[in-house]
Amino acid sequence: MLSRAAEALFWIGRYAERAEDTARLLDVHFHQIIVDPNVDEAGTCRVVATVMGLHDEAPPTMRGVLDLLAYDGANPSSIAGSLSAARENARGVREAVSGEIWECLNATHLELPRRVSAARQFGPAPFFSYVRQRAAMYSGYVASTISRDAGYDFLALGRSLERADMTARLLAAAVGTPGRGDEHWITTLRACSAHEAYLRTYQRALEPRLVLEFLLLDRLFPRSVLHALSVGEEALARLEPAAEWNGRFGQTPEARRLIGRVRTDLEFLSPEAIVDGLPQRLQSIQRGVSDVSESVARRYFGSSAVVGWTTEESEWVTT
Amino acid sequence: MVDAEGVPYAHTKSLYEALQLLSAADLSERGAARARSFLEQGITFSSSGQEWVFPLDLIPRLIPEQEWEHIEAGVAQRVRALEAFLADVYGDRRVLADGIVPHSLVVTSSNFTRAAAGIRPASGVRVHLAGIDLVRGSDGVMRVLEDNLRVPSGISYVVENREALTRVFPGLFLEQQVQPVANYVATMLDSLRATAPRGVDDPTVVLMTPGVHNSAYFEHAFLARKMGIELVEGRDLVCRDNVLYMRTTSGQRRVDVVYRRIDDDFLDPLQFRGDSMIGCPGLVNAARAGNVTLANAIGNGVADDKLTYTYVPALIRYYLGEEPLLPNVPTFRLDDPDVRADCLARADQLVFKPVDGSGGHGIVIGPQATDEELTEVIGKVTELPRAYVAQEVVLLSTVPSQDGDTLRPRHVDLRPFATNDGERVRVLPGGLTRVALREGSLVVNSSQGGGSKDTWVLTSRPRPLPMDGPLELLPGTLQADAPDPGPPTEQAQQQQQSRGSRC
Repeated sequence: MLSRAAEALFWIGRYAERAEDTARLLDVHFHQIIVDPNVDEAGTCRVVATVMGLHDEAPPTMRGVLDLLAYDGANPSSIAGSLSAARENARGVREAVSGEIWECLNATHLELPRRVSAARQFGPAPFFSYVRQRAAMYSGYVASTISRDAGYDFLALGRSLERADMTARLLAAAVGTPGRGDEHWITTLRACSAHEAYLRTYQRALEPRLVLEFLLLDRLFPRSVLHALSVGEEALARLEPAAEWNGRFGQTPEARRLIGRVRTDLEFLSPEAIVDGLPQRLQSIQRGVSDVSESVARRYFGSSAVVGWTTEESEWVTT
Repeated sequence: MVDAEGVPYAHTKSLYEALQLLSAADLSERGAARARSFLEQGITFSSSGQEWVFPLDLIPRLIPEQEWEHIEAGVAQRVRALEAFLADVYGDRRVLADGIVPHSLVVTSSNFTRAAAGIRPASGVRVHLAGIDLVRGSDGVMRVLEDNLRVPSGISYVVENREALTRVFPGLFLEQQVQPVANYVATMLDSLRATAPRGVDDPTVVLMTPGVHNSAYFEHAFLARKMGIELVEGRDLVCRDNVLYMRTTSGQRRVDVVYRRIDDDFLDPLQFRGDSMIGCPGLVNAARAGNVTLANAIGNGVADDKLTYTYVPALIRYYLGEEPLLPNVPTFRLDDPDVRADCLARADQLVFKPVDGSGGHGIVIGPQATDEELTEVIGKVTELPRAYVAQEVVLLSTVPSQDGDTLRPRHVDLRPFATNDGERVRVLPGGLTRVALREGSLVVNSSQGGGSKDTWVLTSRPRPLPMDGPLELLPGTLQADAPDPGPPTEQAQQQQQSRGSRC
């Protein structure tokens, strides 16, 4: 698979997941502000903006945060920006994704301006619901229309890393939200589409520690951090099977070593310790994911750098 | 579609009757749905940073079987002759020595490429894919307007237009026998593979594009996808020791055939433009070393030269010993002083074309030109007679096309495509019909407001595509059980449960 195509696929996976998760995050938090008069709008907005990495520019109103994180097509962290970036990447590698995937991303991109202006006028709920539906459609096509070759693995890897990162951010939002009661944990579960799965798993009333356990460590729920990391790790293992790197000892490819370390840190955590140093743990998950991402780029995408030729100096220039 | 009395021709009768049943609203609704679908699928061309849908006129153009067989044979004949000419010009130059084509014509052609001399392409093929533009004049004769042997585009629209029409008018296809076009891309791949360097059993073919900002990028991606080959940019390629590789996630992989959709000038900064960032340094030397096939070959432009065009009938006689099946549009060579004087005297009645142009650029249509435009072109021709040819105005034939709620005659041309693998020339049944959507306009170029039509080659018998042999099924009967109906439905359960309670 072409390095350039692999890189594009990896980022399609990340952006599509980011758009979906951001829609969930914003949806539940703003729903909370609307239904509960006791929720502090400015405080919630600040938390949401902070966990999305926007510390300074964050306006203290729902509308302001929506502009920044939902509608601003120029910001690759926003929903509109992520969807457009996913589409732009797919346009560059149309031969590597299926026609269905391309058409889904392209049609979503074309429809966005209309949806955004409707959302500004009538409220964001239908917009979030649209984004989640399109994301589900996209995932369905990824699951059923492309071969399980390296291309799929790069898509899956991108999606898994983004999902682990975003679930950690969602948890960080829950931990950081001011004036918290159990409502916040329900909000967080719902942001991960995990409320019903949680209830079925534990069959008891909501306990913050169990919510954390579920979203961080559950092996079976697809949006838990552990599950997302495991899926990413499997994709990396398929991309570079042990046979190719003398898998008997040592020399594990860097990306696999890094992702394995983040996973095992979680996996062998004692249930009692789960609450200790939680903000730091969530941060270190995010840092770990970012390191894995960089390592993947070095290992697989680095060679597609632009190569130019300058006649004056008669030498290769790599930028 | 209809003759002077308004009676439909035999081959258009069925379509004509079907169209009578369509209301204007129906037609525009189908058109709008089709346009939306093209946009969503990204079937677009880029122009000045924007993506546009290439307008598709919903009314198909019909070509009867006999007429098509003539066109097909004529196109194939022309491709064979031009192939022979290119091999000769970049080889022994017999045609120049024998005085068929003047030596000066070739060496002064801006598309004659010295870098191509001495490159012996594998299987000898230089024209892997040709697009031959045809027009029908008021006399009903189909004539060749120009030859495109460099990077002819349009096949993707032929395939997508057909796909769209089968969805818009499914009924029409059931009534007619229309020759299919969808598998032609596989024929192209077949031809490309057949021209791989010798000794390669399972060649790696790639399609090379300038990138996502190129106006024809949709087509590049389309063809790569339909052929199942990698779509590469210059930055994905690297040459080492005259061997071409592409950069993949599992290291560098050797490439054997490059179907390039990049003009010669940008292909290899070592040979051509040193400032080109979209090419691959060393590519030409790899081709010269015989390690990679470039399709189409470098330097084919000399055969596209409009002055060369005037010699093609002679080339057909010279190389093939045949009479041309498709005549040229009457064309004047302006390097002859007498001809030039005559043409310039009636400049307002002729068409002037730059010899190395493409895409309709720089053409001056005498009857429609302003005085300033005419003065300008007369000046240019006088100064540089080699740079232009003059042609009689061909009043392109018209076919019915949508104009708002009604059908109106619009001018069309036709670009059939042909692949060549050195053994066989295979012509796509039909081709791209371009239509001038503005009333009276003769300009069909997409960059200048043209659209396209699905082109139906009618056949009285189902005919397999050029590459496909019949698929023999094993004798036997096909039998299967109906799909598993699953557990009893709720309704059935309710009935049972309600019955159960009564007992």
